[in-house]
Amino acid sequence: MLSKLLPTKKLTLPNGKIVVEKRSLTPLIVLLLLGFSYISIQVTGFDFGMFINRIREFFVIIQEMIPPTWEYLPQIWQPLIDTIKMSILGSWLGAVCALPIAMLAANNITKIKWISSAVKFLLSLLRTLPTLIVALIATYVFGLGTLAGTVAIFLFTIAYVGKLLYEQMENVDMKAYEAMHSMGLTTIQSFRYAIMPQILPNYLSTSLFCFEGNVRYAAILGYVGAGGIGLLLNENLGWRNYANVGMILLLLVITVYVIETISEYYRKKLK
Amino acid sequence: MNDIVKQLELEPSYRLSRIITVFVVLLFFGWSISAIQLDEVESNGWTVAKNILLGLVQPDTELLFNVTNGVPYLLLETIAIAFLGTIVGAILAIPLAFLSASNIVPKPIAWLVRLLLIFIRTIPAIVYGLMFIRVTGPGAFAGVLTMALTSIGMLSKLYVDVIEDLDTSILETMESIGSNVMEKIRFCIMPQLSALFLSIVIYRFDMNLRDAAVLGLVGAGGIGAPLIFAMNSYRWSEVGSILIGLVILILVVEYFSNKIRTKLVRG
Repeated sequence: MLSKLLPTKKLTLPNGKIVVEKRSLTPLIVLLLLGFSYISIQVTGFDFGMFINRIREFFVIIQEMIPPTWEYLPQIWQPLIDTIKMSILGSWLGAVCALPIAMLAANNITKIKWISSAVKFLLSLLRTLPTLIVALIATYVFGLGTLAGTVAIFLFTIAYVGKLLYEQMENVDMKAYEAMHSMGLTTIQSFRYAIMPQILPNYLSTSLFCFEGNVRYAAILGYVGAGGIGLLLNENLGWRNYANVGMILLLLVITVYVIETISEYYRKKLK
Repeated sequence: MNDIVKQLELEPSYRLSRIITVFVVLLFFGWSISAIQLDEVESNGWTVAKNILLGLVQPDTELLFNVTNGVPYLLLETIAIAFLGTIVGAILAIPLAFLSASNIVPKPIAWLVRLLLIFIRTIPAIVYGLMFIRVTGPGAFAGVLTMALTSIGMLSKLYVDVIEDLDTSILETMESIGSNVMEKIRFCIMPQLSALFLSIVIYRFDMNLRDAAVLGLVGAGGIGAPLIFAMNSYRWSEVGSILIGLVILILVVEYFSNKIRTKLVRG
């Protein structure tokens, strides 16, 4: 629509033909972006001078993190393992529960229109809420501790895996399913033998990918009191004990890297 | 024995590997279930849950529609943080991405830059937020710097995938007809990269919006701070109106970003 408003450029080729070239939208987009940037700079109080003057402080903090305090290591293991347990449990339960919910949301399996759109809407609502805010709410409902964190990860996993799963279900080949239905199998049975084999590899790989991300999220959930290593991170940052923070971050980076490498290997195998 | 049965018997048996997989998965489940401590659950959890739901149904309409001091302004601030952070991050990520692409620079350099990017990516945004607050003081500016830094980590990683897929035969063609470096960048590299890069940046803006909403929890501006204040003082109707505003904003932005990205990628 926008391209119709702008005048087109006419080029005359050496052989006399006239070619019409569309105007590029780039200048307009750049102008819009600059405008938004200006508004944002006003709203956020972006101050480049202060940034130049004070950015040294940031590197001072990083310098304090190196070398990390190795003696602190024994105290981190337990919260770290709690964090991993939280993300495994939340992802596991979430991935399992996502399957029936995705069945309800897929409009080729659930034939009743309003149920599938209602479930889809619920899933997108769940997905929009940031995990940390869900965890914060969960600490009010379930008390401080790992349970709240697990619930937050569980809900996020349902929303994420559920969405990708129902999109896959809607794109599967329905012929086998309909054939089985016509032979007298129930919906669950024909789903199990006709659709499950088609979506299973993708389902597992999506769940693994979600688990990878959840380990990262779980690491900060402790900040709002939802258990795991985030609590220590918060404490040490509060006490400005940056060497300890460095130790926690180092361990976190290694853990996330190891889990990602393992899960990436299996996801490649699933393809 | 008919053909079908023969064919069925020819299929390799996956029984053992399936049993092992299920066993390992259940083992993980059993191991991790010990993380749950049920003794911390407070008995008034249900009343709190009920209150939150009531707050969502009966939001504080004055806060929700007050343009100068209410939810709209907070949302604008959150958008501004995410927007500026994404722009700064997107620009700074370009040189880093080229430095970590193994078809552009020597392998050791690419590997080193990648290691740095892994570090930048894994450290949670909240930690950066707390560090930048020490630099600039609490406020939206710290949020912008945090968003910029976290965006660099992920954007560079996604940029690299695009850069490594560059079609170099066009580059050779241009070299053979005598183009100089600037021409090569302008007419060969930029057209190949720009649409995909833009699509990546818009996707990251989508994610940054959620992160910017969270950053307020540490005092780095945006909608998170009023949210946590309202929760700590059990003003659930305010919590309700803030959450409603946030959810609507994220849904709207997600809708438009999906539209634009499909258009960019499919042309």
